[in-house]
Amino acid sequence: MVPNDRKYTRDHEWVMVEGNVAKMGITAHAAEALGDIVYVELPAVGDEVAMGESYCVVESVKASSSVFSAVNGTVVEINEELDGAPEKLNEDAFENFIAAVEFTEITEDLMDADEYEKFCEEEA
Amino acid sequence: MRSEYKLIFERSHEGRRAYDLPECDAPDAMDQIPEELKANSELALPEIAEVDLVRHYTNLSRRNFGVDNGFYPLGSCTMKYNPKINEELAVAFDDMHPLLDASMSQGCLALMKDMEDMLCEICGMDAFTLQPAAGAHGELTGLMHIRAYHEHRGDFERKVMIVPDAAHGTNPASAAMAGFKVKEIKSAPDGGVDLDALRAAVGPDTAGLMLTNPSTLGLFERNIKEIAKIVHEAGGLLYYDGANLNAIMGIVRPGDMGFDVMHINLHKTFSTPHGGGGPGSGPVGVKKHLIPFMPVPRIEEDENEMYYLDYNKPESIGKIKSFYGNFGVIVKAFCYIRSLGGEGLKEASENAVLNANYVMNKLRGVYDIPHDRICMHECVVTPTEEMMKNEVHTSDIAKALIDRGYHPPTIYFPLIVHEAMMIEPTESEARETLDEFVEAMKGIAEQVKTDPAAIHAAPVTTPVGRPDEVTAARKPIVKYEG
Repeated sequence: MVPNDRKYTRDHEWVMVEGNVAKMGITAHAAEALGDIVYVELPAVGDEVAMGESYCVVESVKASSSVFSAVNGTVVEINEELDGAPEKLNEDAFENFIAAVEFTEITEDLMDADEYEKFCEEEA
Repeated sequence: MRSEYKLIFERSHEGRRAYDLPECDAPDAMDQIPEELKANSELALPEIAEVDLVRHYTNLSRRNFGVDNGFYPLGSCTMKYNPKINEELAVAFDDMHPLLDASMSQGCLALMKDMEDMLCEICGMDAFTLQPAAGAHGELTGLMHIRAYHEHRGDFERKVMIVPDAAHGTNPASAAMAGFKVKEIKSAPDGGVDLDALRAAVGPDTAGLMLTNPSTLGLFERNIKEIAKIVHEAGGLLYYDGANLNAIMGIVRPGDMGFDVMHINLHKTFSTPHGGGGPGSGPVGVKKHLIPFMPVPRIEEDENEMYYLDYNKPESIGKIKSFYGNFGVIVKAFCYIRSLGGEGLKEASENAVLNANYVMNKLRGVYDIPHDRICMHECVVTPTEEMMKNEVHTSDIAKALIDRGYHPPTIYFPLIVHEAMMIEPTESEARETLDEFVEAMKGIAEQVKTDPAAIHAAPVTTPVGRPDEVTAARKPIVKYEG
């Protein structure tokens, strides 16, 4: 189930906005497509991120993939648990954020849960 | 066939020796070494008798798989057969030392100069350097030219290197290493560069675009002229990743397509050994406007027709490799080019393309072909939906191929194709070999229907079946602990 408390990108990332902070992660669909995730290269607190640009690399046994930001802003928190336990993204991608960003701008190209589910079906 | 295979350390037995050193005839030598530099414990080397040592490594070598053992269709790697005569010819240069004065190295320098000229002709570039150690080093060197070019014009704003999402992973890595910011653009549905995405991506911050043509999907980039125009009009330069040059020799040249700078993998296209750690060789070719920035030394000819090494190039990016590159590899590639000649190289490319199309067409209907059009030197196929319903994926098919005596194709690359298998037969292979491979692929497809469990158990003919790749990646043990 795709939770409807947040928005989604076409690159299979989720973004959850609380005030001026956006929590970002990858979707369960993305985690499943990647296969067993073995390493997450996290950004650092204080890093500047930009819409559509990579802020994190997720490495699986198949490949390493960039994770793109939905916002412009500064990283204020990272999910350090992922450093030692990357499998958490496979276990529950929606419960485990990658980074929280204090943002100045957010992309308009976002989908809600229903739209995202449809998008995944169409892509398959 | 499966048996417990011990590490050399596990075979160690105190006091055994394969070789006895003579008595030390310089007993004071140890006194000359400062105390703090002396090892204070014995080296942890295995102790083993000669016969056991020979058996250990001989048996290991028999478990290796190379192009001399069998068909090796590893896409994007061009595992063509390397004629053995080239190895023999390279031995002729064995006694040359790179510190010999240029006056005593005229033969070597002549060969290198000739090689540069031949590569210029094959690629349509104006000058080549043979220094880079391998492909990615060539990319870095080429991108340093682009950076030097912009900075020399006083334009310090061009910091963005555009890389399509189909690119080899080394492209964005090399761009980052050269100090650029990487902007990825998506591919069009036909697998080529999305022209609108490219138009939207270029601007006053564009340093250049890195492109592989044929692309990593094994498809020729039909819009290359338009792509070159878009990048050049935006003030950027065009970088050619020569990984797939094997498809186009003698047919079309990167220089004529509009590329400003490129690298070649001599160890792929020009038949020198690779895989297993090198050495490779990644010559970089440039158009006229980039010549001043080429690495030193350049090989030049003086008025007496003697070659010398010219270090006096004030705008050069500097030296990028010790001595002059991996000379032995250059000699082998030189011999390969000379023995084939222009017509032979063209024929090699034609046969490489023919072989890939032959395999692709024979597999149609058995496997899916996501971009079904005439391919170049490699083709991309995927398991059918039916196979995936049986939980059989690309990695399973690759493992099953091992039991049938083949090196698997490249899998899960390019990243933009789900479950990709990239097959590059190369020109070296006979039709019978291709037919046998196709039969093996069909046999696997058949077994997926009748006995998917057997596919999931593969390989069963190797010393190790399915290593736990996930644990190996998450919790690697990188040193022997006895």
